[in-house]
Amino acid sequence: MIEEKFDAIVVGAGMAGNAAALSMAQRGMNVLQLERGEYSGSKNVQGAILYADMLEKLVPDFRDDAPLERHLVEQRFWMLDDRSHTGLHYRSDDFNEDKPNRYTIIRAQFDKWFSQKVREAGATVLCETTVTELARDANGKVIGVRTDRRDGEIRADVVVLAEGVNGMLGTRAGLRERPRPEKVALAVKEMHFLPRETIEARFNLKGDEGVVIEAVGTISRGMTGMGFIYANKECISLGIGCLVADFQRTGETPYGLLDRFKRHPSVTPLIEGSEVKEYSAHLIPEGGFKAIPQLYGNGWVVVGDAAQLNNTIHREGSNLAMTSGRIAAEAILQIKSRSQPMTPQNLVLYKKKLDESFVIKDLRKYKDMPALMHTRSQNFFLTYPQLVSKAMQNFLRVDGTPKIEKEKLTLKSFTRVRSRSGLFGDAFGLMRAWR
Amino acid sequence: MSIEPSMRVEDKLFYNRYLVDTGRPHIKVRPHAKPSPQLLSMLKACPARCYELNEGGQVEATVDGCMECGTCRIICEESGDIEWSYPRGGYGVLFKFG
Ligand SMILES: Cc1cc2nc3c(=O)[nH]c(=O)nc-3n(C[C@H](O)[C@H](O)[C@H](O)COP(=O)(O)OP(=O)(O)OC[C@H]3O[C@@H](n4cnc5c(N)ncnc54)[C@H](O)[C@@H]3O)c2cc1C
Ligand code: SF4
Repeated sequence: MIEEKFDAIVVGAGMAGNAAALSMAQRGMNVLQLERGEYSGSKNVQGAILYADMLEKLVPDFRDDAPLERHLVEQRFWMLDDRSHTGLHYRSDDFNEDKPNRYTIIRAQFDKWFSQKVREAGATVLCETTVTELARDANGKVIGVRTDRRDGEIRADVVVLAEGVNGMLGTRAGLRERPRPEKVALAVKEMHFLPRETIEARFNLKGDEGVVIEAVGTISRGMTGMGFIYANKECISLGIGCLVADFQRTGETPYGLLDRFKRHPSVTPLIEGSEVKEYSAHLIPEGGFKAIPQLYGNGWVVVGDAAQLNNTIHREGSNLAMTSGRIAAEAILQIKSRSQPMTPQNLVLYKKKLDESFVIKDLRKYKDMPALMHTRSQNFFLTYPQLVSKAMQNFLRVDGTPKIEKEKLTLKSFTRVRSRSGLFGDAFGLMRAWR
Repeated sequence: MSIEPSMRVEDKLFYNRYLVDTGRPHIKVRPHAKPSPQLLSMLKACPARCYELNEGGQVEATVDGCMECGTCRIICEESGDIEWSYPRGGYGVLFKFG
C-alpha cells in the first residue's frame, strides 16, 4: 500500500486525464495518475484531428515541441455510392496562419508528449497499472482506488475518472450505465505509410499542409457510420466506424467494411502502394447530450469519453475531453483552496462550469441528432447517396436527352425510392435536430 | 500492395505489437450448450476475430489478438455470456501510432 495520501488520483492518461492531471499539478496539487498502458497513448486510438485552442489553454507554447503532423488547410466531405463520390471541398489559404487552428496528430506519439508535460508539472505518473476498483468508506464516499499492482488502497481526497469510453470502473461501481450498443460506434483504422512527396502530390499539398476527408454513403451498407482519411507527414490514417447495434443487426464485419472502403475507386488511388504498419480498433461515444451520465458525486468526478462528452456530428472528442478535464481540475482547485470537502454539494461546481462551456452547449444543440441518424440510417447512409450519385450522372452525361426530361427523371427517382412525404420528413427531422 | 481483396484479419494483427499475458486471458466465455444471439453476433462483430465456433457448436474466445476495444463487453456482458476485464497493467495490445 502506498502510505501517502494524494490530493487527487486521476485514472487514465488519455486526453481528459492528462488535461486534468496537468492543470492540478501546475497549481501545486499532489496528484497521482494511473494508466494501464505501458506508456500514455499505448492503448489509445484516434483519427486524429487536434484542435489547437483547447490545448493552447493548457500548454500555451505547445507548437514548440508537440509532435504535430500537418496543419489542416482543406476539408473534404464525400458522399459515396459504390462507384462514385459527390464531394464538397473547402480549402483556404487563411488556414496557413502563424498559429494554425487544427492539426493532424498520431495519438500514441502525442499522448507520450502530453504525459511528459504532466510529469514536468510534478504529478506522479504510474503506468502499467490497471485500476480495478474504487475504494469507498462506510458512507459510500469514494476515498481512493485499488489496482492490480499492490494490495490495499491508494487514497486521495478526490478521484477523477478519465478512463475513456469503456468506463469499466464507473459502471462497476454503479456510478453510470455501461454504454448501450446503439450509443457507441466501433471504429477500425489502419496506418498506411508512403513517402512524404507521394502524399503531398496525391493530396495536393505543400510543406506541412494537411487534408481531411470524411465520407458517408454505401460504404457503411445502410448502417449509421462514417469513413475517414487523414493525411499525416509520412502516413495516412484511414478508417471507418459504425454503431455497435448496427454491426449486431446486420452481421457486417468491421474489417469487411474497411476493406470495401479501401477498394472504393475514389479511395484506392490515395493509398496505392502503401505499407500498412498498424491495425487498430476503438469505441466512440455517440449518444450525445441525452447519454451524459451523472458527472460528479461523493469524492469523484467523471470527464471525457467516460462521461460520453463527444460531439459526433462535428467529429470532436479529444477537445471536449481536454476541456472537461481542465474544468474539473479548476473546480477541484477552487474547492480545495476554500479548504472544503469533495462532497457532491461542492463538486456540483464542475457541472456548473461545464454547462457554461462550449462542451455542453454544443452537445445540447444536437441532442436529437443521434436518435434521428440511428432510426433513419437506411435513408441517410444508403438511399440518398445512391440517389445523389444518380442525379449527378444524369446532370453530367450529355446524351441528347432534353434537360427538362433529365430533371423529371431525377425527381422521379427520388420520389419513387422515398415518397415526397418521406423526403420532406427526413429533411424536416434533420433541420430540427440540427438547430 | 496493400489493397489486396479481403486480407485475413489474422494477418492484419501481425502489424500490431502485443505483450500476451500467457495463461491469463482477460476475457472468458461462460460455458454454454447453445450460444446466445449476442455471443453469436461476436463471430462477426469482433474486429480481431477473437470469437470462433468450435466443433461442438459453442462460441470460444482466443484473446491473444484482442485490441481491447470493448465491443464484446458492450454486447455480451449484460447477459452474463462473458466475463470481461482489461489485461493486467502493461499487458495486451501496444499501439505505436494509435
Ligand atoms: C477512430 C477514432 C477517431 C477519432 N477522431 C477524433 C478526431 O479527429 N478529433 C477528436 O477530437 N476526437 C476524435 N476521436 C475521439 C477522441 O479520441 C476521444 O474523444 C478522446 O480520446 C477521449 O479522451 P479520454 O481521455 O476521455 O479517453 P481516452 O483517450 O480513451 O483515454 C482513456 C485512458 O484511460 C486508460 N484507462 C482506462 N481504464 C483504466 C483503468 N481501469 N486503469 C488505468 N487506466 C485506465 C486508458 O488506457 C486510456 O489511456 C476519435 C476517436 C476514435 C476512436
Ligand atoms: S475487446 Fe474488442 S477486440 Fe477484444 S475480443 Fe472484445 S470485441 Fe474483440
